[in-house]
Amino acid sequence: MNVAAAAPQGFLSPTGVEIAFVLVGLVTLGAAVVTVTTRQLVHAALWLVVALGGLAVEYLLLTAEFIAWVQVLIYVGSVVVLLLFGLMLTRAPIGRSPDADSGNRPVALAVALAAAAALVWVVVDAFRTQWVDLGQPQGTTDVTGSILFRHWVLPFEALSVLLLAALVGAIVLSRRNATARDATARDATARDAAARDAGSRDAVSHDTGDKEQR
Amino acid sequence: MNDALDVALRLLVVFVVFLALPLVIGQTEHKVMAHMQGRLGPMYAGGFHGWAQLVADGVKFAQKEDVVPADADRRVFQLAPAVALLPYLLVLLAIPIGPSEGAVGEVIDAGIFFVLAVMGVGVLGSLMAGWASANKFSLLGGLRTAAQLLAYELPMLLAAASVAMAAGTVSLPGIVHAFEWWWLPWQIVGALVFFVAGLAELQRPPFDMPVADSEIIFGAYTEYTGLRFALFLLAEYAGIVVLCGLTTVLFLGGWHGPWGADGLGWVWTLLKTAVLAFVVIWLRVSYPRLREDQLQKLAWTLLVPLALAQIALTGIVKVAIN
Repeated sequence: MNVAAAAPQGFLSPTGVEIAFVLVGLVTLGAAVVTVTTRQLVHAALWLVVALGGLAVEYLLLTAEFIAWVQVLIYVGSVVVLLLFGLMLTRAPIGRSPDADSGNRPVALAVALAAAAALVWVVVDAFRTQWVDLGQPQGTTDVTGSILFRHWVLPFEALSVLLLAALVGAIVLSRRNATARDATARDATARDAAARDAGSRDAVSHDTGDKEQR
Repeated sequence: MNDALDVALRLLVVFVVFLALPLVIGQTEHKVMAHMQGRLGPMYAGGFHGWAQLVADGVKFAQKEDVVPADADRRVFQLAPAVALLPYLLVLLAIPIGPSEGAVGEVIDAGIFFVLAVMGVGVLGSLMAGWASANKFSLLGGLRTAAQLLAYELPMLLAAASVAMAAGTVSLPGIVHAFEWWWLPWQIVGALVFFVAGLAELQRPPFDMPVADSEIIFGAYTEYTGLRFALFLLAEYAGIVVLCGLTTVLFLGGWHGPWGADGLGWVWTLLKTAVLAFVVIWLRVSYPRLREDQLQKLAWTLLVPLALAQIALTGIVKVAIN
């Protein structure tokens, strides 16, 4: 890449930016670990905010300003809000959630470690001894835009199509229920009543569970 | 050393503005509403029109006991007001009020993305408050807040994207520099969408279903008292300042006035912001509250298509000009 110049640099005598990068990285890692280990569901979502925000700060330190703000806009502003919305809509007791734990813990740990190892290996192998000169901004909107739309147009468009397909799929999934209900109205009312029953039972059990929590 | 001093001075000025302007708007709201509704309220504190009532209110808030409900999640509950308030301080840092380098807290390359991203974070404060209060009404309020943010973030972003396309830059000073008077009719739909979506994001009337006092007793803020409640109120007024400032900068040409941008440009910015803030207050007094489903319908079936149409129009005109 043209943004990275091979220059003689050492790991000793790090600059201020490098020290800040490592510190913020540690905070991000810590927040991520707490996110997956905490027993309180909503706390996990809030720690996720810290982890994603930490990532945004890392982007900023690498002078990739545009990516940093997009990270905040999409992940902190939308994804986490959606997550919290879902949690509040279903179950978000204050205190510990005993059923939040899964028996797949060891498998999840193994997959996570494997994924992390693969990513680190790829990054180290790809860049080896290249150093980014942080003296002048490397990731302005201008640079990001021209690289994205000159060199990476095809992947970008492919991703857009993928997202569009997901969007259409979501609409189709949610519409099929509605038309089926219209078609067999009597059947649907019965099913609705059953669903309502189940729903209220759920709500009741949730309520008592809630009280036990406190 | 000089650089450090410069930065410190800028931060101080922005902080003072951040503390002063919301109070001014709060006081204006009291007075404008009082006169529009013909019920004058406190008129004696401080003499002229009861101007010191706001100070008295502040003292009252500071004296009240800070209560945390027994069942609440203590830390999240106490942290929520700060999360709600701080983003607006950061956004204020990026809004330019004049053409010179010295008239903006900090020039940010991707200014539009910065302000919209950070404004979205403020809503997390309301969500945290709603959940941590251990109160059904608060939880409902939090839910409605989240639903509202998800619905109105999209048209707001699309409207802002339209201006960025028109100006060919995402930097806020850059957009105002590129502004021409005929942008006003060209971008008027985008401006309306942006302003309305911003109002909804701030949960100001007529979009105040999540915090409506007569429906779900202030939603996420039900359990808050004293200074923490005052911080939420301050966040709301700081939000008005930020929204009006942004609309001015993005759509109304910021420091451009009928007699050019020289010298008194910042006066134009402040004047336009003040007029918009007056409109915000006016809307509160004159429009009935939207029901929750009407609120969602307005965003998805009206504002999003309008914003998309505006983007299409911007693109067509832009290509035609070039």
